[in-house]
Amino acid sequence: MKYFYAWVLLLVACSSVLAKDAVLLAEDPVVEQRLIAISEELRCLVCQNESLAGSRADLAMDLRRELRNLIKQGKTDAEIREFMVSRYGDFVLYRPPVKPTTWLLWLGPFGLMVAGLVALFVYLRRRNSEVAATTGLTEEQSKRAEALLQEGEK
Amino acid sequence: MNAKTLIPLALFAVLVGFLAVGLGLDPREVPSPLVNKPAPAFRVAQLEQPEAQFSPEDMKGKVWLFNVWASWCVACRQEHPVLMEFARAKVAPLIGLDYKDQRKDALGVLKRTGNPYDITVFDADGKVGIDYGVYGVPESYVIDKAGVIRYKHIGPITAEAMRDTIIPLINELKKS
Repeated sequence: MKYFYAWVLLLVACSSVLAKDAVLLAEDPVVEQRLIAISEELRCLVCQNESLAGSRADLAMDLRRELRNLIKQGKTDAEIREFMVSRYGDFVLYRPPVKPTTWLLWLGPFGLMVAGLVALFVYLRRRNSEVAATTGLTEEQSKRAEALLQEGEK
Repeated sequence: MNAKTLIPLALFAVLVGFLAVGLGLDPREVPSPLVNKPAPAFRVAQLEQPEAQFSPEDMKGKVWLFNVWASWCVACRQEHPVLMEFARAKVAPLIGLDYKDQRKDALGVLKRTGNPYDITVFDADGKVGIDYGVYGVPESYVIDKAGVIRYKHIGPITAEAMRDTIIPLINELKKS
């Protein structure tokens, strides 16, 4: 039992050493974290459905290297995005900016929703008035209808 | 058949129209923001003479075609005869950018298949390519006398694209 505890102690000691190694592998964890945060919002141009953070394409690796350099130079996130947009266009951004050419993209769905609501409202109003029109009986007529119904029940 | 029953049919026709246009678009063709902007500056070694350098500055006053290629690029082989023809016709200087390549491999390809380039620039780590927004080789740029990119062609240049778009544009730019 004494040896068992010694083994556990040794294993724990080893694992903490290994964990330290893993941290060292990522050169600078702060830079790396920022790189991931930025590049997850950027599209890889080679595999267009992958983010720059997740892609293993050659170009994505080169671009991550460039972005890492920019981060180390102390550039802001906006400057780094501008670096990418000036080369590859708005297409690299997963969140397209709001500007005249993208108004339709941003506002279109809301426009469709409003149009749908207006159409629904108009339809319901019309149906209501149609229902009212068909039951527009005179007092005499409704009395007769009632009488006929009672007759039917007998 | 009144007008009301035609509405769904009309909406369907519009939808089909959108889908038909969408099918014809190539998602790999991303419009470049660099068109009508000055060509990014660089100064790097040439492929054939590593001691000599090249910069777009050297081409001021000339209209030229800048073609990004590599020995590992299969589609480049497809456009190679078109470039050879372009060089033979002496339409404009043709500068190559050997993108992310090994010097030996690139020189081997030029020796085997012929060299259409007046000068080839050697971009070993792809840095120049990144500045030019290269994401799929081959890509080509028409650059005017003032050093402004006037046109970008993505993918291999076909004989038709060369004849109908690139050469007329170069001739137009040469006049101005």
